[in-house]
Order: sequence, then structure tokens, then C-alpha cells
Amino acid sequence: MEQTEEHSPIIGYPTLIRVWILLLALTAILVFMSRAFHEALSIWALLTLTPIKAGLVFYYFMHLKYEKPFLKVMVLITLGVLIIFIGLTFFDIFDR
Amino acid sequence: MSGEAQSVSKDYAGAKLGMWIFLFSEIVLFGGLFLLYSAYRAKYPADFHHSGQELNIIIGVVNTVLLITSSLTMAVSITALQKGNKTLSLSCLAATIVLGIAFLVNKYFEWRGEIGLGMYPNSPELLNHPDGTKMFFGLYYSMTGLHGIHVFAGIILLSFISYFVYRNRITASDHAKLENAGLYWHLVDVIWIFLLPLFYLAA
Repeated sequence: MEQTEEHSPIIGYPTLIRVWILLLALTAILVFMSRAFHEALSIWALLTLTPIKAGLVFYYFMHLKYEKPFLKVMVLITLGVLIIFIGLTFFDIFDR
Repeated sequence: MSGEAQSVSKDYAGAKLGMWIFLFSEIVLFGGLFLLYSAYRAKYPADFHHSGQELNIIIGVVNTVLLITSSLTMAVSITALQKGNKTLSLSCLAATIVLGIAFLVNKYFEWRGEIGLGMYPNSPELLNHPDGTKMFFGLYYSMTGLHGIHVFAGIILLSFISYFVYRNRITASDHAKLENAGLYWHLVDVIWIFLLPLFYLAA
């Protein structure tokens, strides 16, 4: 039987450590913003930095950067469906 | 059946796709809870704001650092095995498990503190609080509890994976199981990345 194995590329230790440092730095900024600044600004920081942190984990730690477009599109569809559901729910909440 | 040796076909891409489909179901599961949180936060903004101040932000941040670091050790473990360094791979897996246990120990002390203050679902103390506070703590225990169960499951899974690596049943040329376990562990990390601001920072 034919081997159908195809392995993902090896991600070097320096890249992984850089991503880890970036994640810790973003966490520190997030905590600082939530304590020190105006509430609206801190909410914007939460809404932008948190998805960036999640994106870094998906992209590098979960090797999504090196995956085929098919899988990337599937991830986007899943997140898109979730965002659509959250959006529709808020239309409902705010129209009551 | 002929007597010739059986060769095993390993569908690496299929194994990984299957894992991702499972992760999508997890994203939607927690997404539903995030949706509930957002809807009730929109309904009780002041109560959610004040309830968040009751939580211990230091424990929340320490747990974030623990999980982010455990994600690093998990990723390094995969790279190490791919490069044929089994010792480093096993050491990093052990570090990931220890960091996961440390996360749960922190969670235990955090929950114990809050339960000690009488802030648990249906407690006489919590029943005296406004509806928004009851919803906040209900969601807090459900979401961090479900996440904690996932961390616990991850620790069990990684323990088995470590054994398989040790026994050479997962190797540099056949490491789909290790990678899939890593995918699961990273998703658990991503979920916590969202739980931190929702419960600890937006207060």
C-alpha cells in the first residue's frame, strides 16, 4: 500500500520563542490598557489584541500558516459562522 | 489473505483534517457560551462590570502566562520530535503537563476563594445580589469550569502521548498523534486567551 504521509514543515525554535514573547508582550499590554486607560480604549484593546493573540497561536503554534488554503478557508468559515450568529443575536437584542 | 507483510497506510492529512473538524465543534461549543456572555453583558453592563472586579486578576494573568508557556513547550515538543530529538520532545511534553497541572491548581485556589466568599451559583450570598451578578457568576463557573475540564482532558491525553513517544509508537516519521494532541492543547490555550479579557479585564 502506498504511503500517503505528508508532513508539515518544521518550525524552528527561534520562531516559536519569538511568538511566545510576542504573546506575553500582548498580554502585558492588554492588562496595562485595561487598568490604566479610558474604558472605551481598553475595550478596543480587548477587541483587537485578543484576536491577534489567538491568530498568532493559530498561525504559528497550530501551523495554520503552513496549511493548504482548503483548511484555512474551513477555519475562516467556522469563525465567520460564529461571527454571523453573534451579529444576528445582537440585532435581536438591540431591537427589543 | 496472503502471507506477505502488511504495510500500514497512514493518512496524515486525513488525521489532521479530522482533528480540525473536532476543533471546529469545540470552537462552536465555546462560541455559544461567548454568545451567551455577550448577550447578558449587553443586558446587565453595570453588574458585569462590578462582578469582574471581584475576581482575582493576578491569578487570571498568572494562569494566562502558564497556558501561553505551555503552548510554547507543546510546539517545541513537536519541532524537537520532527528533528529527531526525542529527549527534548519528552521533556517539553512533561513541562506542558506540569504547566497544565499548575493552571488547575491555581484555578482550584481561585474557586476556593470565591466559594469561601459565598459567591457560587444559588448560594444565599449570591441570591442577595442583582440578577446581572448571578448571571456573571453562573457564566464564570460554567465557562471556566468547562475550560478546566478541557485542560484536565488535555493533561490525560498528553500523558498517553508521552508514553507513546517514550515507547517509540510516535516517531519523527509518524507523529500525527503528537501534532493532533498539540492542536487540541493550543485550542484550549486560545479559549483561555478569550476568557481572560471577558472575566478578568473587562471590569
